[in-house]
Amino acid sequence: MGKNMNKLKHLIAVLLLAPALALAAGTGVKLDHAPIDENDQASQQRGARHFVNYCLNCHSASYMRFNRLRDIGLTDQQILDNLVFTGVKVGDLMKVAMDPKDAKNWFGVTPPELSLIARSRASEAGSGADWLYTYLRSFYRDAERPTGWNNTVFPNVGMPHVMWELQGEQVMGEQKVQGAGFEKTEHVLKLDKPGKLSPVEYDRMVADLVNYLVFMAEPARSSRTTIGMFVLLALGLLFILAYALKKEYWKDVH
Amino acid sequence: MASAPKEPVQFSGAGPLNAPISGVLTWVDQRFPLMSLWRDHLSQYYAPKNFNFWYFFGGLAMLVLVIQIATGIFLVMHYKPSAAEAFASVEYIMRDVPAGWFIRYMHSTGASAFFVVVYLHMFRGLMYGSYRQPRELIWIFGMMIYLCLMAEAFFGYLLPWGQMSFWGAQVIINLFDALPIIGPDLSTWIRGDFVISDATLNRFFAFHVIAIPLVLLGLVAAHIMALHEVGSNNPDGVEIKQHKDAKGIPLDGIPFHPYYTVKDLLGVVVFLFLFFMVVFFMPEMGGYFLEFNNFIPADSLKTPPNIAPVWYIKPYYSILRAITEDFMLILAIGVAAYSILIWLTARNQLVKLAAPAIGLVVIVLMKGGPLALEAKVWGVAMMGASTLIFFLLPWLDQSPVKSIRYKGPLFRTALSIFVIVFLVLGYYGTQTVTPAGTLISQIGTLIYFSFFLLMPWYSARDKTKPVPDRVTM
Repeated sequence: MGKNMNKLKHLIAVLLLAPALALAAGTGVKLDHAPIDENDQASQQRGARHFVNYCLNCHSASYMRFNRLRDIGLTDQQILDNLVFTGVKVGDLMKVAMDPKDAKNWFGVTPPELSLIARSRASEAGSGADWLYTYLRSFYRDAERPTGWNNTVFPNVGMPHVMWELQGEQVMGEQKVQGAGFEKTEHVLKLDKPGKLSPVEYDRMVADLVNYLVFMAEPARSSRTTIGMFVLLALGLLFILAYALKKEYWKDVH
Repeated sequence: MASAPKEPVQFSGAGPLNAPISGVLTWVDQRFPLMSLWRDHLSQYYAPKNFNFWYFFGGLAMLVLVIQIATGIFLVMHYKPSAAEAFASVEYIMRDVPAGWFIRYMHSTGASAFFVVVYLHMFRGLMYGSYRQPRELIWIFGMMIYLCLMAEAFFGYLLPWGQMSFWGAQVIINLFDALPIIGPDLSTWIRGDFVISDATLNRFFAFHVIAIPLVLLGLVAAHIMALHEVGSNNPDGVEIKQHKDAKGIPLDGIPFHPYYTVKDLLGVVVFLFLFFMVVFFMPEMGGYFLEFNNFIPADSLKTPPNIAPVWYIKPYYSILRAITEDFMLILAIGVAAYSILIWLTARNQLVKLAAPAIGLVVIVLMKGGPLALEAKVWGVAMMGASTLIFFLLPWLDQSPVKSIRYKGPLFRTALSIFVIVFLVLGYYGTQTVTPAGTLISQIGTLIYFSFFLLMPWYSARDKTKPVPDRVTM
């Protein structure tokens, strides 16, 4: 009996540990943590400007209305003056003029819809924001690609590096690192030609853009958490009443 | 229904203010059994006084059902069941409909919450033997509710028309495709098309909002009527109706109302706190309640790298994937061993003859060369069997006692291992296929079925403890 129990314990231990072992076997590109503050409206506003300047020409955000940008502190007039270039109304959706069929011809793939990109890119490796923040900083020159650009996060990506003038040109370099008892070669991105922005400024700009994309993926997010606090507080108070009521009714039950 | 003799309705606290109310109630009661329903199911329904934590989940399942129906009605006001518009209409609800995001998150969180409370409710039944005589029908209605819930969740999951909606439905419908002879025609019939399309979405919508909810409500009514006919079980597994006072009221019973209404109210508040914590602060629940891939519209040309069904059916999905061609030999050996076990121990001559015969047929269909069915077919069969086998519990459990409190070490160990295996299988359902994962799922599958199929032997031979006469608090 004792021996059997030991076997049983062993089996339970194996079954419980197994998930941890499988998890350790997973691989993937390590994502950088996106340094964004979802309550920083100035950052979101800068991000919105970058979005309409650099993204909205090819990518649509067709579930998002321009006037929803009121949620990040802009007025309708500010939106029309600074962010609407196509003469549409402020209540219109962020559509794109490019024909999807043309786009497919030009890039090999229709540029994806971006309304929800910050939610759909989330995975076990990191949040959608982390993925976007790393992706937009990981383009490098690759002569073998038709666009001349490749990306470490999204290998053989169809999109060329739209913000190359700002970041400059990265190339894939090598560096020797000390492995476990031997030297090994790792691939790292190196800035070959500097752009208009310093690396720190470029990272800051990408963070603003990602901050905006996170807002756009779920505009109701900030009101959701605010209302949530009140709801939980109300339920906490209700708990006290419900507890007292139960105690009063049950005091005679033995 | 147990009909109490009709007596004039009595109201306490009759005063000038209560007179009109009492008048209306009397008028109604002469035409509709309002007061007798109230008495039979609430104020004079005597429930055991020793319900513990695990007895909250039945009532909570009712609450979630109401949440799902109420939020569902509002979602249908704005949702468009068409392949061209479905995804955009959900985003319209999330962005442009006032409080639409709130309604939608309640509905998506409610779907998962339903399974959380139902699994805990079922586990309660397993622990305290709530499926045992005379409550077999309550258990069977409950299991039918559980199957309906899975169907409801499956049909509903296609409606947002995201990538996971589309490919998840593809995987499940293709299971039917694996069935011999009728498979391909059956799956086409389910889809209403040769691929998942607008026609599929429309019929799934019809099933999700009309057909299944109707059946579900009927089953819930039957579940509760059967429960109130025989009375509730309790953590001690003793029948409170065996000890009644002079008036015929169980000595260990207390009226459901007000005692359990106020107690359940407390449970409801705690549940809603947790529920709204998810709704307001983590509606995606790390990709388990709302899968990240489902924020991409369905695309029949782009297969996602890892198609995983939603968390609540993952243990069964693991069982499906565990049945590989290499595993068939072990399964066949298992069937042979089980047939021999029945043959050796059965007292009934018919059973003694039937067991090896049925066993032989199954083994031939598993491993009999040209007569054998594909492992894929067996995977579907085992997956189906793993949910349906719960129906047999009332007859598999041969223990002289109901509750785990008085059952012996064999049953306690078996139930603990079963719960662990259920969770481990669930975990492997979330992972991409690896050799180690498949092996563990296969071991898990064997243990899963052994828990049920060997129960008549281990539950009967267990060292039970004496059961008290009356409930303990």
